[in-house]
Amino acid sequence: MAATYPGPIARLRNPAVTGALPVILGLGGCKEGVLAPVGPVGGAENQILMETFGAMMLVVTPVILLTLAFAWWFRASNRRARFRPDWSYSGKIEFTVWIIPLLLIVFLATLAWSGAHDLDPYAPLKSGRKPVRVEVVSLDWKWLFIYPDYGVASVNEMAVPTGTPVDLRLTSGTVMNSFFVPQFGSQIYTMAGMQTRLSLQADRPGTYRGLSAQFSGDGFSDMRFTVRAGDDASFARWIATARASRARLDAATYDQLAARQATAAPSLYGDVAATVFDHALMAGAGPRPLLRAAAARASSRQGVL
Amino acid sequence: MFGKLTLHDIPFDQPIIMATCAAILIGGAAVLGLITYLGRWRWLWTEWITSVDHKRVGLMYIMLALVMLLRGFADAIMMRTQLVLAGGGHLGYLPPEHYHQVFSAHGTIMIFFVAMPFVVGLMNFVVPLQIGARDVAFPVLNSISFWLTAAGALLPNIALGVGEFARTGWLAYPPLSELAFSPGVGVDYYLVALQISGIGTLLSGINLITTILKMRAPGMELGMMPVFTWTALGSNMLIVASFPILTVTFGLLMLDRYLGFHFFTNDAGGSPMMFINLIWCWGHPEVYILILPAFGVFSEVIATFSGKPLFGYRSMVVATLVITILAFVVWLHHFFTMGAGADVNAFFGVATMIIAIPTGVKVFNWLFTMYGGRIRFETPVLWTLGFMVTFVIGGMTGVLMAVPSNDFLLHNSLFLVAHFHNVIIGGVLFGCFAGMNYWFPKAFGFLLEPRLGKAAFWCWLIGFYLAFMPLYVLGFLGMTRRMNHYDNPAWTPYLLVACAGAFLIFGGIVLQILQLVVSIRTWRSRRDLTGDPWDGRTFEWSVASPPPVYNFALTPEVDGLDAYWRAKGAARSESPAYEDIELPKNAPAGFLLAFCAVATGFAVVWHIWWLALGGFAAAIAVLIASSWRAHAEYVVSADEVADIERRGRITAGSPVCIRA
Repeated sequence: MAATYPGPIARLRNPAVTGALPVILGLGGCKEGVLAPVGPVGGAENQILMETFGAMMLVVTPVILLTLAFAWWFRASNRRARFRPDWSYSGKIEFTVWIIPLLLIVFLATLAWSGAHDLDPYAPLKSGRKPVRVEVVSLDWKWLFIYPDYGVASVNEMAVPTGTPVDLRLTSGTVMNSFFVPQFGSQIYTMAGMQTRLSLQADRPGTYRGLSAQFSGDGFSDMRFTVRAGDDASFARWIATARASRARLDAATYDQLAARQATAAPSLYGDVAATVFDHALMAGAGPRPLLRAAAARASSRQGVL
Repeated sequence: MFGKLTLHDIPFDQPIIMATCAAILIGGAAVLGLITYLGRWRWLWTEWITSVDHKRVGLMYIMLALVMLLRGFADAIMMRTQLVLAGGGHLGYLPPEHYHQVFSAHGTIMIFFVAMPFVVGLMNFVVPLQIGARDVAFPVLNSISFWLTAAGALLPNIALGVGEFARTGWLAYPPLSELAFSPGVGVDYYLVALQISGIGTLLSGINLITTILKMRAPGMELGMMPVFTWTALGSNMLIVASFPILTVTFGLLMLDRYLGFHFFTNDAGGSPMMFINLIWCWGHPEVYILILPAFGVFSEVIATFSGKPLFGYRSMVVATLVITILAFVVWLHHFFTMGAGADVNAFFGVATMIIAIPTGVKVFNWLFTMYGGRIRFETPVLWTLGFMVTFVIGGMTGVLMAVPSNDFLLHNSLFLVAHFHNVIIGGVLFGCFAGMNYWFPKAFGFLLEPRLGKAAFWCWLIGFYLAFMPLYVLGFLGMTRRMNHYDNPAWTPYLLVACAGAFLIFGGIVLQILQLVVSIRTWRSRRDLTGDPWDGRTFEWSVASPPPVYNFALTPEVDGLDAYWRAKGAARSESPAYEDIELPKNAPAGFLLAFCAVATGFAVVWHIWWLALGGFAAAIAVLIASSWRAHAEYVVSADEVADIERRGRITAGSPVCIRA
């Protein structure tokens, strides 16, 4: 059911390592945030986080201890320490101090390289289940989620079925924002007139916090949303509730929603025009005289045909 | 007549701002009154304001940094207290439109008007003394650089009381910083202030590179330069290569805002992503501009107080140059989450990590410099040890975020905030304070009080850990930066500890002020009559403290590394053959240009075009007039030199700042 990652990440996955950092930080009981992942993306990212952290601690800890030890032992008042006033070069030590960080970085670089590719936000998750498509628009200062396959939409509330990849297409109807559900993993920017993509998945049912991680102006702090992950039945119930809503989202109502510079309570749209996301994508780029003219020419040609 | 400016632009309804402005005005008036009362205007004008002596200019840079540190720190305390109060449904005492200005001003001021002037000031003061030069290559330009920086620093403080400052964060990302989303004058203040100070920084970079490459004492090959001078060279090469990018980027944004261009707008084909790339093409080198000189300070301090040469000098130089070059190929790691492909992210991630190699080498070399030494735990050493322990943690969290998949989790979180404060406070600022305690006796002829200095260090160190370790945790808990209030009660305890840490740092700052006051009051008892209070290794310690205006009566001859250290035992000639020394005259050009720059900048912010044009024309006139000075030098005769040297050796230590 859960998506798996190919390559070294999957092989290296080890719950003992994954659990180390929260314990070190005294966050063992922590039930939210990026160290409490509920899906494969966040899980794999946690795995790499722990490995890179652990590898660096192997070098950083001795360096800190040596600093304190050398400083203490070679204090001026310690006459037992051997004073070597002219010692300033040793080929062996020079070699060692270049080679230790080099080896560490070679190790970390392989993790970084494979991690960047395995966890590329644009890459679809491997899964036997058909992904749920969600179109996300960041607005001043709220989030709009459109479910094109179900014809519904919601503001500041998102529902996903557990164990199923969620295929997100994102844009912004305003300034830049960053879509982020800490417990799901990867965040990604939303930018007006442009589309970014992200694949996520929740394996555990629950209610999770989502937010904008990129400062976007006066209402930024309230630009939060709730993600409800549940089994297929509960997802279907949520879709049904949304469909029951009488509110309609089309280009005109989208423009009204986007123009309202305010935060918003969660709400649902039961009737969504198919082109709203594309409209948001175009509207975000504002008037582009040249492109508009080209688009108009293209559509008139189609009209002729 | 006054463009967009009206009386309504002064926020009379904001008690916090009005009280601050009143305090600044009263404080400023008190200082001016004191100068008048003591009859020190002429002294101030001739000895400081119009001085082109690199030592005075350097010290003025550092004084500017210290004053602005107080301003930036006040912002920090406001943010920390706001976040303690603004949890669980409460909104705190700072509304978003004010709070957003506070964090934008905090970042802008701390980087551009604290860290930059501090390191530039140290380089200005120390580099010519270390390479046996009498001044920098272009002394008047040096004064102009400083005064442009000071002019830039003034504008955000004017914004406090007249209009508003940017509410966009310290790098003013578009499209938020575009006219469509930030119609006020805040972003304009930001842009104009940084354009003015940026030009000053660029000129200073050119000046110091020329000085280092062309004005070294005879015999001093590049491979014999002290490591601080090497790091200064790296830092200034980065300035010259990167600051033009900043100027152009801000120039394009100004075209957008003032003339309706569309470089970075959402609409009409603009690309905010281009700004983000460009600004980090400057911004990443910028952090190495700051940290390299700090590395240099630590290298000097650790060698001097261990009583040993720096371990692995050549490695240190190579590491410095590798960092200088790599600083330019890592900028994209600031936005792994913008949707570049996996190959691009991976390339920049790995490139970023590679910088950790030369940095790690430096840390190891400092370690082995201590090995076999006799370490005296003076105040500069405490800052250095505090740095070594703290900086490796900051370096580690930096490499952690250089892994793109880690960054996907931690980008823009308080983990990031903790990381860059970890390296900028634990690296740059600790380096500046180490340098201040180390070179203070050279600058003023008396030592700083050590007990208060050490107490200040412990407050800063412990305060730092209290203030920023909780922020790492908050990043893991999913808290992003720049939040004005939040609804997650789990965050509050950590924010409370962070706030306590900030107040402990405040205690450190109070102790540093006390240290200065006590040291100045008791300066007679802490004089440095030798010129070499720490048993130093480099040439700045070979001259009197404070150094005579010409630095070196006789240009030193250099035959290798640590030439002064090796020459210490040798007998000094009793009657050296002094020669006439030609020195640059004072020049008011810098101060006048600053005046014009503030007027022009203010006018541009408020669209007062007659004043903008007038100020700009006046600036050009000042430049032309000062270029046409027929007699820009004066001569100190050989007899005077002999006299100064004789007196200097006996009464060295009369501090320039409080000469009675």
